[in-house]
Amino acid sequence: MAVHTGPSVAKAPGKATVPGPRRPARTRESGVRRALSTHWYAWTMVAPVVIVLAIIVGYPLGRGIWLSLTDATEANVERTIGVNHIPATYEFTGLQNYVDAFGDPVFLQRLVWTIVWTVACVSITYSLGLALATLLNRQVAGRGFYRMALVVPWAIPGFVSVFSWNFLYNEKHGLLNKILVGGGIDAVPWLNDPTIAKLSVIAVNVWLGVPFMMVALLGGLQSIPGDLYEAAEMDGASAWQRFRHITLPGLRPVSTTVILLSTIWTFNMFPVIFLLTRGGPGDATEILVTQAFRMTFVDSPRNFSTSATWGVIILLLLLVFAFFYRRVLKKQGEVW
Amino acid sequence: MRRGIAATALVASLALAATACGGDTTDESGAKGGKSGGELAGTVTWWDTSTVGSEDKVFKALAEGFEKEHPKVKVNYVNVPFADAQNKFKNAASSGSGAPDVIRSEVAWTPDFASLGYLAPLDGTAALDKEDDYLKQAAASTKYDGKTFGVPQVIDSVGIFYNKKLLKEAGVEVPKTLDELTEAAKVIKSKTGKAALYLRGDDAYWFLSFLYGEGGDMINTKDKSVTIDDKPAIDAFKAVKELVDSKAAVTDATNGWDNMQKAIKDGEVAMAINGPWAVTDTLAGDAFKDKANFGVAPVPAGSKTAGSPQGGHNYAVYAGSKNLDASYEFVKYMSSAKVQAEVTEKLSLLPTRASVYGEPKVAENEIVQFFKPVVETAVERPWVPEGGSLFAPLQTQYTKVLTGQATPEQAAKSTGDSYRKLLKDYK
Repeated sequence: MAVHTGPSVAKAPGKATVPGPRRPARTRESGVRRALSTHWYAWTMVAPVVIVLAIIVGYPLGRGIWLSLTDATEANVERTIGVNHIPATYEFTGLQNYVDAFGDPVFLQRLVWTIVWTVACVSITYSLGLALATLLNRQVAGRGFYRMALVVPWAIPGFVSVFSWNFLYNEKHGLLNKILVGGGIDAVPWLNDPTIAKLSVIAVNVWLGVPFMMVALLGGLQSIPGDLYEAAEMDGASAWQRFRHITLPGLRPVSTTVILLSTIWTFNMFPVIFLLTRGGPGDATEILVTQAFRMTFVDSPRNFSTSATWGVIILLLLLVFAFFYRRVLKKQGEVW
Repeated sequence: MRRGIAATALVASLALAATACGGDTTDESGAKGGKSGGELAGTVTWWDTSTVGSEDKVFKALAEGFEKEHPKVKVNYVNVPFADAQNKFKNAASSGSGAPDVIRSEVAWTPDFASLGYLAPLDGTAALDKEDDYLKQAAASTKYDGKTFGVPQVIDSVGIFYNKKLLKEAGVEVPKTLDELTEAAKVIKSKTGKAALYLRGDDAYWFLSFLYGEGGDMINTKDKSVTIDDKPAIDAFKAVKELVDSKAAVTDATNGWDNMQKAIKDGEVAMAINGPWAVTDTLAGDAFKDKANFGVAPVPAGSKTAGSPQGGHNYAVYAGSKNLDASYEFVKYMSSAKVQAEVTEKLSLLPTRASVYGEPKVAENEIVQFFKPVVETAVERPWVPEGGSLFAPLQTQYTKVLTGQATPEQAAKSTGDSYRKLLKDYK
């Protein structure tokens, strides 16, 4: 509005210019006021969401960041014991916790394995999900049944399926080894050998993750127009060429989102690791979150500041990942 | 718009965080209960951690017996799984709401809770009754900083549970040393096809008797030094690795408890290391349908001695309890000679009062007969607040040795480093 007034006044020569009352300079304050007066309805509508988010996301996040900058442990935080109130005595220590964490060889070991675990899980889950989705995206007898059956792992609560896998993997009484031994093959120490345990936990996480990938990618596949395939076929494109040049590009919007989500979930997949191996054997399968848990809930006095530090570091790592992921996609012309 | 929302959310969350850090105090007063005209009244909530299915019914019935002696008191029995109880109690005790009045506190938890101010000192209260009657070892874990914070409930240690039939078939005696165990294992394997010993590979508590057997310990509280990386500890790591490598012992790095119980109950192994708390469960197994088939012996000695860790449980009273008088009285009742004798009769757990061992029913109990001398010579664990935390680093390294991820030397050194981090003033 203000931009328009200037020139329109200037374009009116000859007319008697009556200097009207000067418009007040457009300050920030008036902008806010105007935004409120114009959009008050919208603000009222989003207020509940903002408040709920602030309480369930913002408060724990803010508290976690604050604790990571202190030396808070169980022994110096505020406590209420019956009528006795013990005030908090922990102190602000700046970035000391972060310096300690990055200097700790344990942190680097866990970080390396967490990255290996995430990359392995996400890539296998994505490939399998894509393969299954492609298979189910055509007319096959009993398609509905297959789709149902493949979604089952998703429909069972995660911890229930992890427990079932625990039984299957049991070296001495598990079903898997019973079958192997019955077939004359030596029993495999599924969760008792460090290397095999790593493969075992990845397998379970893939099993849990495939249905989501498959359903999401199947949706993506069905949104690719069929005439593209027809046209390609007319031009003599082979099945691989059609997959490579129609299916994959057509799936990109879905793929980018599910890969990002899957990465974040896998990076922090506490239940699979904790319930299957508790991070063991030894500490072979310990990822960053399970290690942070170990530090908070096993040691005494429980160290709230260190585990908060690890939590914030995990958040930062994922933020950095999401940021670069987005940038790479943007560079490739993806509207995201 | 989007940015606006984000900004609002940020401001809101910062404001909330700021107020939350200021702290909110809620005074809880006007607690009901206590003494009314000399008679106890109100509710006493007790968190028990005993095994569900075998032990909990007995303790619940006994706890409710308190209501008969004090009709106005209601006992609220809550069974909390042992594995969760420590954190659950800490959370409840520090927030000031939801904590029980009385908790069955494991011996290592007691100094931990006491150091954080969660427990009421019991000196001079009704809870400490006939103090001289308690076994000295059992009472040791209740002291912290010169005060008493618990009343011993049960005391325990570990021994070898063995399948008499299997050992007889193989024609071997219960091994008294690790060397004998290795020899016997070969015979047991060739005659019966079974493994000799199940060794829990996922819990460091099962490593302690080997550590003591080589003359080692985790830490020395007298001169404040870490001893887990000394030579005896390295020898102990070597000894357990040797047992597993020679196939004298079978082990697991995960699910050790379930696998161990299944193995001994189904007669798949001849022996397992365990304590009185597992007797009821073990006897329920197929291999022990004839109870006479079940035998208990001391843990095999290492190169230096035979030693097993002392464990057990105490009754402790929450410092913030609204009904302290009734809680003290409840603890007194639960740890009385009469109740202890009943616990032993029904569950074969070892009493903590010297006088109870004289009761005919207790004295005749085979499990008690066996474990009493074991407990008397059991090695006391370090009763420091960090005592319970010493297990996690040791367990990681113990499993690493058994699965070949670390040498005994590396494991000992790594555990020692963790201990020095945990215990700030130890050398």
